Amino acid sequence: MEIFAQEKINKFIGKMRAEVQEFYRGTYLENTGRYKGIWAWLTSTDHKRIGLMYLYAIAAFFIVGVIIGLLMRIELISPGKTIVEPQTYNGFFTVHGIIMIFMVVIPGLSATFGNFCLPIMIGARDVAFPRLNLFSFYLFLFGSFLAILSQFLRHGPPDTGWTFYAPYSTTTGTNVIMATTAAFILGFSSILTGLNFIVTVHRMRAPGMTFFRMPLFPWALYATAWIQLLATPVVGITLLMIIAERLFNIGFFNPELGGDPVLYQHLFWIYSHPAVYIMILPAMGVITEIIPTFCQRKVYGYKAIALSSVAIAAVGYLVWGHHMYTSGMSGKSLWLFSFLTFVVAVPSAIKVFNWLATMYKGSIDMKPPFLFALFFIFLFTIGGLTGLVLGALATNIQVHDTSFVVAHFHYIIFGGMGFAAFAAVHYWFPKMYGRMYNIKQATIASIIMFIGFNLLYFPQFIIGIEGMPRRYYDYFPEFQPAQVISTIGGFVLTAGLILMFYNLIRSARKGEKAPANPWNGTTLEWQIPSPPPLENFEEIPHIEEKPYSFK
Amino acid sequence: MEHQAKAHLLEHRDDEASKLGMWLFIFTEILLFGGLFLVYAVYRAMYHTQFHEASLELNVIFGAVNTIVLLVSSMAVAMALTALQENKVKLSRQLIWLTILCAFIFLVNKYFEWGGKFEHDIYPGSELLKKLEHGHILYFGLYFAMTGLHALHVTVGMIILIVVERRIKAGKVHAGKFVFLENAALYWHLVDLIWIFLFPLLYLIT
Repeated sequence: MEIFAQEKINKFIGKMRAEVQEFYRGTYLENTGRYKGIWAWLTSTDHKRIGLMYLYAIAAFFIVGVIIGLLMRIELISPGKTIVEPQTYNGFFTVHGIIMIFMVVIPGLSATFGNFCLPIMIGARDVAFPRLNLFSFYLFLFGSFLAILSQFLRHGPPDTGWTFYAPYSTTTGTNVIMATTAAFILGFSSILTGLNFIVTVHRMRAPGMTFFRMPLFPWALYATAWIQLLATPVVGITLLMIIAERLFNIGFFNPELGGDPVLYQHLFWIYSHPAVYIMILPAMGVITEIIPTFCQRKVYGYKAIALSSVAIAAVGYLVWGHHMYTSGMSGKSLWLFSFLTFVVAVPSAIKVFNWLATMYKGSIDMKPPFLFALFFIFLFTIGGLTGLVLGALATNIQVHDTSFVVAHFHYIIFGGMGFAAFAAVHYWFPKMYGRMYNIKQATIASIIMFIGFNLLYFPQFIIGIEGMPRRYYDYFPEFQPAQVISTIGGFVLTAGLILMFYNLIRSARKGEKAPANPWNGTTLEWQIPSPPPLENFEEIPHIEEKPYSFK
Repeated sequence: MEHQAKAHLLEHRDDEASKLGMWLFIFTEILLFGGLFLVYAVYRAMYHTQFHEASLELNVIFGAVNTIVLLVSSMAVAMALTALQENKVKLSRQLIWLTILCAFIFLVNKYFEWGGKFEHDIYPGSELLKKLEHGHILYFGLYFAMTGLHALHVTVGMIILIVVERRIKAGKVHAGKFVFLENAALYWHLVDLIWIFLFPLLYLIT
């Protein structure tokens, strides 16, 4: 009797084992579910597929944003009218801002590479709430759809700039309600991603992976997720107030009814300054992954990097006032905000020094991801130091609302986050597709982009100090040489982008097969096959040591 | 090992994670209202006498009744959870219906309260309001915005509770798997909590 039962159990276990092995055989790129073709992607709750879908959507929006940016550059090549009317130009910079900020940069790294890598890097099979993850992707798509729709409806594209400053945003006749609703929905999507990541990091880490054994990209994502969660609702309610103002004329920000427009600016920047750290923290995380791998050296100051992410997230909440030095504030608040702005620069500098120290005596391998990371450090440092010019009270008055701000911002966001995103694509590409891109083309593209980028934005620093205002359609003739250089830079940058996109798209289909660990990385994503199997790990690993131990 | 792996493939369940997720969501809700509380604080400081005058227009009885109704509903939903954990399914469902009923009474009350204000020509953009002073206009603007957003949350809470009740009836939520009810109850407590702040701020402080 007993023997018979044992036999039955053995048979059962054997069957189970076969089924499990069958399940693991396919990669996540092959379809195993109920649906075929594109539906197998659109209904997938797999974090890797959702990450890729975000990547494709964001790349598409990025191209739209680049085209609009390029049109603005062409318009600015000479004073007066070049190709469009002033009202269209106002629409251009608003749309460029909304697309690039809310649809590209904010979800750009955490939703794409965060989704793809976070569960793998902490040794999990998926995020904590896979269905919520898919839902937040659809919210993202819906919000983006509304944002684009607002450009084409009857009253014309919103012309407020991406900041929706009151009272103009509550009185202009353009489609502000739809654009703010879009931003609200995109914000909600961002909140849900953040929530998902926090719970994932708390609940899903592999056994043995303590917080201080976690790789540093997950650390950065974790700090980012807290900002997403705690700052975004504030802009949510602020945008709802703008909508209420327009629909019901309540008077929150209308001086005629007793409201205070400056209060809007406070509420807006309480979110939107931390949002800048939502953009840059994951970028710093990516760079922190790449540098040790391509130097084959343990990261210098692991704890300092991990905790500086948290410090940036915390102090970043308290510096919003530095956007409003000229709006009218008490002297005390002015110096306090300025002081805190200088404080928040410290943890960023800690990271830069740690990256440099990691390279010291490393065996450096100048592959495209590392090259992008170096460009990141260069551009981010320029952006960061010019940020201090803006954060200091006296110099701020001179450069406030000039193209100096535009240049600073693009050095941080495009030169920083953008180049980090390119670095991330080139770093994890072989893992995502199991194929390798053309290294030479990628290197050439990165150098072209680096040159184009500096040509485009550096002149804006100079004419900004000389007094060229931002968001202006027209300008004095003495600014023209710099504007021409900028426009040429814009075209060079675009040429680099085209080469990069061509290389990546072609290689995703036809590139040569990549090994599981082409860069000799140590984090968990390099220990599994490329592309990863559906459930990432056949057996959840046990973590015994700190990350980045190169043997 | 295989058993565990297979079980993982079939069902991924972590009640602690669900609860943590709900708490984080509640943080975001509090910050959403936090924006309005901030605006309230600023304008109360700027126009405190006019806020005082305007607040006398509100009916404390209406507000107090609604507060009691919501407190009872919060108690009912907490009891429903305990009942379900003790496998008293029928009692649990009855208590959830009691919660939903309380929510409905709250909304009916609110309807009459708002209706009364509209009758007296007090609503954003009304002729009467335009003639009043700035502090009065902002007070009523905030009154409608804050109670309106709260009423929206009450409605959402009701819908969630109805879904929970259906799921308990269908046997999908039960004594061994009650985290969905627990999270719904947490959300309902949040709705209650926000009202606990709105009531004194709008009705009682004079």
